[in-house]
Amino acid sequence: MKISLSWLQAYAPVEMEVDRLAHLLTMAGLEVEAAEDRFAYLDRVRVAKIVAVAPHPNADKLKLCKVDTGDQAHQVVCGAPNASEGMLVPLAVVGCELPTGMVIEKGTIRGEISEGMLCSAAELALGSDRSGLMVLEDSLTPGTPLNKALDLTDAVFEIGLTPNRPDCLSVIGVAREVAAFSGTTIKRPEIELPKAHGRIEEMTSVTIESPDHCPRYAARIVEGIEVGPSPFWLQDRLLSVGLRPINNIVDITNFVMMETGQPLHAFDFDQLAERRIVVRTAGAGEPFTTLDGKERKLEADMLMICDGKKPVAVGGVMGGLNSEIEPETTRVLIESAYFNPTSIRKTAKRLGISSDASHRFERGVDPHGTRYALDRATQLVVELGKGKMVAGCVDALWDLPQPPVLDLSVAATNRLLGTAVDQAEMARLLTEIEFQVTTKSDDVLTVETPSFRVDVSRPQDLMEEVARRLGYDNIPVTFPALPAAIQPPPKLLIQRQRMRDLLTGMGFSETINYSFVHADSCHRLQLPEKDTRCRQLAILNPLSEDQTVMRTSLIPGLLESMRRNLAHQSRNLKMYEVGKIFISRGSDQQPEERDMVAGLWTGDRADHLWQTKSEPCDFYDLKGAVEGLLAGLQIEAARFTGLEVERCAYTQPGATAKIVVNDTEVGIIGQLHPKVSATYDLKQEAFIFEMDTERLLPHIPEAVQFQPLPKYPATARDATLIVDQTLEATELLTMVEQLNETLVEEVRLFDVFQGAPIAEGHKSVSLRIIYRSADQTLEDDVVNSLHKGITGRLVDHFKAGLPT
Amino acid sequence: MESIDQIRAAALKEIETATTPEAVQETNTKYLGRKGLMTQSLRAIAQLPVEERPAAGKHANQVKQVIEAACTEALARIEAIGAGQGVGIDVSLPGRNAAPGSLHPITRINNQICDIFSRMGFEVVEGPEVESDYYNFEALNIPKDHPARDMQDTFYVSDDIVLRTHTSPTQPRVMEKREPPVRIIAPGKVYRCDSDLTHTPMFHQVEGLLVDDNISFGDLKGTLTSFVHQMFDPQIKVRFRPSFFPFTEPSAEVDILCVICRGKGCRVCSQTGWLEILGSGMVHPAVLENVGYDTGRYTGFAFGMGVERIAMLKYGIDDIRRYFENDIRFLKQF
Repeated sequence: MKISLSWLQAYAPVEMEVDRLAHLLTMAGLEVEAAEDRFAYLDRVRVAKIVAVAPHPNADKLKLCKVDTGDQAHQVVCGAPNASEGMLVPLAVVGCELPTGMVIEKGTIRGEISEGMLCSAAELALGSDRSGLMVLEDSLTPGTPLNKALDLTDAVFEIGLTPNRPDCLSVIGVAREVAAFSGTTIKRPEIELPKAHGRIEEMTSVTIESPDHCPRYAARIVEGIEVGPSPFWLQDRLLSVGLRPINNIVDITNFVMMETGQPLHAFDFDQLAERRIVVRTAGAGEPFTTLDGKERKLEADMLMICDGKKPVAVGGVMGGLNSEIEPETTRVLIESAYFNPTSIRKTAKRLGISSDASHRFERGVDPHGTRYALDRATQLVVELGKGKMVAGCVDALWDLPQPPVLDLSVAATNRLLGTAVDQAEMARLLTEIEFQVTTKSDDVLTVETPSFRVDVSRPQDLMEEVARRLGYDNIPVTFPALPAAIQPPPKLLIQRQRMRDLLTGMGFSETINYSFVHADSCHRLQLPEKDTRCRQLAILNPLSEDQTVMRTSLIPGLLESMRRNLAHQSRNLKMYEVGKIFISRGSDQQPEERDMVAGLWTGDRADHLWQTKSEPCDFYDLKGAVEGLLAGLQIEAARFTGLEVERCAYTQPGATAKIVVNDTEVGIIGQLHPKVSATYDLKQEAFIFEMDTERLLPHIPEAVQFQPLPKYPATARDATLIVDQTLEATELLTMVEQLNETLVEEVRLFDVFQGAPIAEGHKSVSLRIIYRSADQTLEDDVVNSLHKGITGRLVDHFKAGLPT
Repeated sequence: MESIDQIRAAALKEIETATTPEAVQETNTKYLGRKGLMTQSLRAIAQLPVEERPAAGKHANQVKQVIEAACTEALARIEAIGAGQGVGIDVSLPGRNAAPGSLHPITRINNQICDIFSRMGFEVVEGPEVESDYYNFEALNIPKDHPARDMQDTFYVSDDIVLRTHTSPTQPRVMEKREPPVRIIAPGKVYRCDSDLTHTPMFHQVEGLLVDDNISFGDLKGTLTSFVHQMFDPQIKVRFRPSFFPFTEPSAEVDILCVICRGKGCRVCSQTGWLEILGSGMVHPAVLENVGYDTGRYTGFAFGMGVERIAMLKYGIDDIRRYFENDIRFLKQF
């Protein structure tokens, strides 16, 4: 909300520097987000003396003025009738932006150069006179900026009000705070109602049919008014807070709203059918055209202000076009009402309207401020609209919310705040912001809440007021005692960080991708419909097409990141992400959230350097990293085995493995399928893995158990077998391990060969078996016979051949 | 004849400056050879009076040993130099690739925040990112149709399911399951329907909650001041000012003096000289009532902060969208 210093000073006699006042407001909870001088533009308007006036050679109505701004002479083309030699006038120099939005440029008007613009008071928003140049006093010095010359400065504060403080959505409300925090008192405008004639009861009536939505509706009538522009002071007030003047009647309702916080509405009384007001809810589907010219479809339960026949305003939100104030209007009915905040909020939201009125009503206006604002507006309409007030006021009144009376314990307040404020001081702090305080006992104050503080309902709300009045900065700093019993961090968190550290150490960079992806991600990943990853959770109000569903895999995010990097010529990428995926259980339930880890390697294995050739990375590079990751997590029993062709969706069959730990499938690794590369517009091969962190977790040992180091030497024997080409070599290793020979310490695969002299469809696989005994140095013949036995069993089991 | 000490000094100097094994050998012969200077000196001892001979002999033998040792050492030194010659490598060439990757800046800052609070006895917990309306709003004293809902633009999955707009739902979730003392922080992703130069629809927050006997606003100030000092700078100015959150009362915004301009006013702090870092406050009694806590006995404070914002200030990142583009040139800087 905008508020100008000059308007504020009309109610609170504050004399302090703008910065200090801004700080005071901010520390009182009314955060000043910006403070600007609204006359700053006058810096580029100079006092200028007209030294010569000559006719424009090419235009009858224009003149050529030579003006002097002290150090410089300018030629300005001017059309004002009152321009004459010796006169002091304002010159908007080149670059000046006027309040109208016009920017002064050096230009040529009908062939003559014009350096700036001589201005009228209206053009400078310093008055309403637009008939000729603004004439300045002779005592001014040419060249002086106009804001200095006329001593014009007025700070406008942009206040970021929190929704709990609707009482400060008005100048009086802010003035109240300023006065309390600066030790002065506010003066509210005194109202003296003008002489009245007739009786309002004989002219109109107000019927509230929906007291739940509108517990109070008051109205007055003013007759014989002249609709026209407002006087300058009123326009100036509105402009200072960013409101556009319209006509005197509408301006007055806006002015009083800004002044008191109570939104008002003025109807053209003669446009009201049967000259009466009915407050009721709308019929479903009823059309209605609001003041902004838009036709709206009303819904049942929306509160409407109606005349005897039809709706004339959306209550508390926006007036109707059918009853707006026109130049011909002579009789007005001024409305001042209290609407139920929730009702207004629902209606405004459903209609998509946020007006100054609805903004205030939905936060809660002072339920007892209705009459004050109505009388204030009536007084001004009579005064400025030259009308006559009809005697009396229709005030339909049902149950209004009553401000609470609360008991406040001084001790409890001090305990919560960590302060030592005595009872009298606490009472004073509250009294100064218009709470009525009486002493109930040694410890308890009875506090009557002012009706405008609709945010106060509990003692804690009063405690906040005490803290606010004390100043948060004045509350002493203390520390809570540190408990000795502390919970260990959850295992998941620790292991996730370990995974990050391991992958980072292996040269992978961590990415964070959006949790939402394009709805066609599953399709782009070629996932079959029955795949659980197709159970996507959709967002009802996504911001863009590519953020419509929650991700069910980390892979799309990594691929998008890869694409963006390729676009920047970053072609060698090792990236990973640790994050959640979301598997829908239906939109009315929370989805299954699973912690995953995924990685991608594309481009060269290593940067091309003097001793490393530029070689593309392959499956085994990424597999090595995954093995390293698992080893780093101390997961020993991981197996990689070919993924069934029909289960390979976004990876290439034949270059995809499932990762299995102790018979649990924890993830997959493989080469990205070329079709998927194409849908993501990726022009190079990539290798990816994705694992389910929660499935890995149970296989990470809680504790490490030290194994004694061997005392006796080991002996190695090699075996080369010729097997079917399709056999996964690790099966040989697994078989040896499963033989469970106590003397076999380790078995390694050290060579795989295909091609002549090995027969087509076959490959040779070479194993090295390490033998060791815990009790003695092994004799050669023991090892040889054992090795022969193992080799024999491998040959039998895999129908393997031996090299010739 | 020169004195033994003079011989010693001369010999050591020659050995020290020798650069070839031959030169060392020559020096050795010159002093210790059969006709060497030391040998001659030793012989001369026989000419001395009897009572002086033992001392002189001892001294001369010591010097002889010193020279011998110096020769051995010199030979080893010269040999060591020679060993590398001819097989020297260009040590300035880059090493074989073993470059580490990098942790995302958000992870780094997040870990830093969690570490600080862990040291202060806070336990790290997590909650779901797709949340029920109840935990995200109702339990936190934000009823339907309350203007406070405007403070956060919400992504909806259905009427009752939302993407959590803050990490605060972890507060009631944890409190429902245990009695005080509760002392937790909850980091995680949050979502708001907002995207521009300063907002991304997904970002990260860290929530904190401490509920126990006699927890005061002063404790809130102490804890958060200590955090800010550890996170930024032990000297940095901190201020607490009144604000509003439906789930705290009193509520406080925590500002630090702008780290860029030191309070003078700049673009980063919108000319105010201060930067908002944390939202905080004493837990609202309605929130405690919703989880069945005895509000007569327990009080507490809660706080929340945006990780992206802190990372921006710590690293000078000027565009929030950088975080999720994952440009490797960006990531590698951390």
